[in-house]
Amino acid sequence: MPTLTLATQFLHVLAAGLLMISFGMLAQRRTRSLIVLLAWQGAVLTASTLLVAISAHLPDLYYSAALTLVEKVWLMPWILMRLMRRLGIEGDSDPLVNIPTLMLVGLGLVIFAFGLAQPISSLATTVTRQTLGIAMAVILLAFLMMIARHKAVTQVIGFLAMENGLFFAATSTTYGMPMVIELGIALDLLVGVFIFGIFFFQIREQFDSLDLHQLEALKED
Amino acid sequence: MNALALLSQLGGAVLAVALAPVLAGWVAQCRAWLQNRSAPPLLQPYRSLRKLFRKDAALATYASPLFRATPYVVFGTMAMAAAIIPSVTTDLPMARVADAIALVGLFATARVFMALAAMDIGTVFGSMGARREMMIGFLAEPALLMVLFNAFLMFGSTALPTVVEDILNTKGLMLQPSLAFAGVAFVMVLLAENARIPIDNPATHLEVTMIHEAMLLEYSARHLALMEWASWLKLFNYACIGFALFVPWGIALHANGPLALLFAVAWLAAKLVVAGAVLAVIETVSAKLRIFRAPEFLSMAFLLAVLGLLVHLLLQS
Amino acid sequence: MELVLVLAIPAVGAILLALVGAQQRAAELNVVISFATLIAAGALVLRIIGEGPMTVAHEQFFVDPFNVFLIALTALVGFTTAVFSRPYMRIEEDHGRLNARRLRLYHSMYQLFMTAMLVALSTNNMGLLWVAMEAATLSTVLLVSLYRTRASIEAAWKYFILCGVGIALALFGTILLYFAAEHLLGGAGMSALLWTHLDAVKEQLDPTVIGLAFVFLLVGYGTKVGLAPLHNWLPDAHAEGPTPVSAVLSGLLLNVAMYAVVRCKILAVGAMHSAVPGRMLMGFGLLSTLLAAFFLWRQRDIKRLFGYSSIEHMGIITFAFGMGGPLANFAALLHMTVHSLTKSAIFFAAGHASQIAGTQRIAGIRGLLVVSPTVGWGLMLGSLAILGMPPFGVFTSEYLILTTAMRDHPWATPVLLAALGVAFAAIFGHVQPMVFGETDARPLPHSPALVPVFVHLSIVLMLGVYMPPALAEWYRVAAHLIG
Repeated sequence: MPTLTLATQFLHVLAAGLLMISFGMLAQRRTRSLIVLLAWQGAVLTASTLLVAISAHLPDLYYSAALTLVEKVWLMPWILMRLMRRLGIEGDSDPLVNIPTLMLVGLGLVIFAFGLAQPISSLATTVTRQTLGIAMAVILLAFLMMIARHKAVTQVIGFLAMENGLFFAATSTTYGMPMVIELGIALDLLVGVFIFGIFFFQIREQFDSLDLHQLEALKED
Repeated sequence: MNALALLSQLGGAVLAVALAPVLAGWVAQCRAWLQNRSAPPLLQPYRSLRKLFRKDAALATYASPLFRATPYVVFGTMAMAAAIIPSVTTDLPMARVADAIALVGLFATARVFMALAAMDIGTVFGSMGARREMMIGFLAEPALLMVLFNAFLMFGSTALPTVVEDILNTKGLMLQPSLAFAGVAFVMVLLAENARIPIDNPATHLEVTMIHEAMLLEYSARHLALMEWASWLKLFNYACIGFALFVPWGIALHANGPLALLFAVAWLAAKLVVAGAVLAVIETVSAKLRIFRAPEFLSMAFLLAVLGLLVHLLLQS
Repeated sequence: MELVLVLAIPAVGAILLALVGAQQRAAELNVVISFATLIAAGALVLRIIGEGPMTVAHEQFFVDPFNVFLIALTALVGFTTAVFSRPYMRIEEDHGRLNARRLRLYHSMYQLFMTAMLVALSTNNMGLLWVAMEAATLSTVLLVSLYRTRASIEAAWKYFILCGVGIALALFGTILLYFAAEHLLGGAGMSALLWTHLDAVKEQLDPTVIGLAFVFLLVGYGTKVGLAPLHNWLPDAHAEGPTPVSAVLSGLLLNVAMYAVVRCKILAVGAMHSAVPGRMLMGFGLLSTLLAAFFLWRQRDIKRLFGYSSIEHMGIITFAFGMGGPLANFAALLHMTVHSLTKSAIFFAAGHASQIAGTQRIAGIRGLLVVSPTVGWGLMLGSLAILGMPPFGVFTSEYLILTTAMRDHPWATPVLLAALGVAFAAIFGHVQPMVFGETDARPLPHSPALVPVFVHLSIVLMLGVYMPPALAEWYRVAAHLIG
């Protein structure tokens, strides 16, 4: 077995944690727990960014980690929780999800992502290169979650989880994008969540529910 | 093969048989404490056993010899399994012939006999319990095998003692993310296989939900005692497999002397105390799942184990 | 300097309009700001023609003949749409579908949207391009749901989610691009994200990574272009948003997204040394064209009908860019121009038509020529133009694309011809009874602003019969740049 540095090993563990959280989100029916899992995902992301920053001596990534901590661990889950309280849907859940099938599809996606990442990670020089496959798996799983769920809030959570995966991909292949770009991405995301919030109210006002099955009037007949 | 090794292997099995009721008692005690009930004494399982052994056995009129043989077979397989799990020492001369896959086979044998015996009498509850047990078994077994494969893949051996030795001989800290997946999956399998709370509740006899207890309804006296004892032993065995795979520290190595054995026993006791407490916590905080949700739970375990394999392949490449 | 003005005027305008808010003059102010942007864009064009490509602000912005042409087009359509929207939105207000607060949101977001598109067009930084594209989506989402009806909220939600996912994939593609270039250009600073730098070293970029990056970028930005099979948001958003928004979405946003795809394609072709990226564009393009043409038949809503027509034409443009080569690129650029002019003109006319009839249902719109000849003729001529009738410019570009396809890829020609034929029959069959026939609808309270319609159509007509040599030369240079 090849020996790896301690930092790399920790990174691998964190990456595995991200993947596990993604599957947890896939299997979780209750919206509240999903938000908690999202915050956890953000926390793991912060930890991994920080670890990369320390082990590769990249001061830029410290800011990146701080940004992640504030935005993904605190702000976004807080906004979502607040929204849910205001809308009175705290105990909401999505009961009609066939979880074992979803899990199997998810497993297939993981294999696909790992296969896809193989040629790329062999080119990378970062200490984190092997985790690219996991990042891609996290993205695809979030994608799957968005497809499989029918609630507006859940779709948003899937969207944010996908963003987390993208961020992880950026840190694992290239030590992160330049700071300005990252700020822009963070800003866009934040505005996006605000708009989501406005939407929730609009949808509820018009449909008395956040179930997206109601949003199926516009179809080709 | 020396005498000490043989002795220690035998000792390990005897220790397991002797300690298993204490572990069960300890878990029950912890659960009671966590749920604000007054706890039964730690040695309550022994008292139950003594009580049961003193009674006269009553058998159903149509019970076949299979029904009578089953308690001995089940207890025997569990004790045999205890002998080949490196709980105290890795110096197990007999373990060379039976690797971890054989271990899973032993568990399966016990399950088959129990299910057959439960259906033997022909009561409704017996066959219902047997059917449910087989359903859970057929889902849990591949998950357990996958967990074991994780370790096998990593250390290139299907023998548990070798795995333990490899882990203990590794210098420095080796963090294995895939083992984390396997660990979670293993705990889930353990809960399901030992009739613990999200899947089954050993403390009730509620017709709609019970699985394990439903199979024991027709047993009495010494047969029941053996069956109960065997199920405690199964929990003990599972705990020891978990220790061997995930926290093997303290297990005496091949080369260590007899003194290390004593230390190993102390370590084992400490780990059991912690594991029992953790198990009680898990059982207290989680709610029992409806039986139809059990496949979901176990497929999750299977999946995590497979993920562990995949992650291992990805990260070690 | 001109570039700074082009970007700053709408940005400042957005803030100004958010502050001025609900006052009566907001619509006029919107027109003035758009006009100022157009003047600045015109000055920028003159400068580029005079001095050639330039980079601004530490190479963060980059203007060459390819994108300056789109900047000018964007500013032009932005201006005419602002002119159109003044009376249109007033009528909507009279009908009680909007109130002053929503109009403030509309005006402010309109300028923000213009800013985002202009930034996306002029930036040299692939990361900033992504940010601007996302900003363009976000600013239009609330515009699509401006009426707060069930259907409009549903359309906006679909638009948001689909484009959000698409844009996330594009981000991943951008990350991969950065990763591929980082070895060559160094990770420090922004060099590895600057398109001009990437273009300079594209031959050395790793083909595997770039190939994968291109797939993600194509699918991501392609979602915004409205390429099948990720086109679902487009007809909904076009049908349910206010008409000026439909006009700029169709006339401008699709072009900007197309621009992003083409920029990525240039890099991918350079790195992969193969025709695969082009083939992918051709495939997506043909699929979109064909699918949209057949969906055109089944439409019952006038704006949805033309939404599908946009998908069809974006498919044709994608196909042309996929073929590559000076002639096909020339045709594609021309088609981008004429499509965005014609399509926005059609939306203007269609918007007024549905205001007159009080419904967007095609079956409910009848006898436009009787009520308002200008609207009727505008819709008729616009439809004829978009269907590729000579002497309009669309005919020229489609003819060029078809002949190029016949020469280089004969197998694709029948598919294209079939799609065009089906689209012709479908659109003409729907439009003809709307324009002619009898009706008892009454004229609009405010006189409709149809000057933009006829301005657009006359430019399209001019491009069909006579192309000024300067413009032709300019297209040629841009087409050559794309390669």
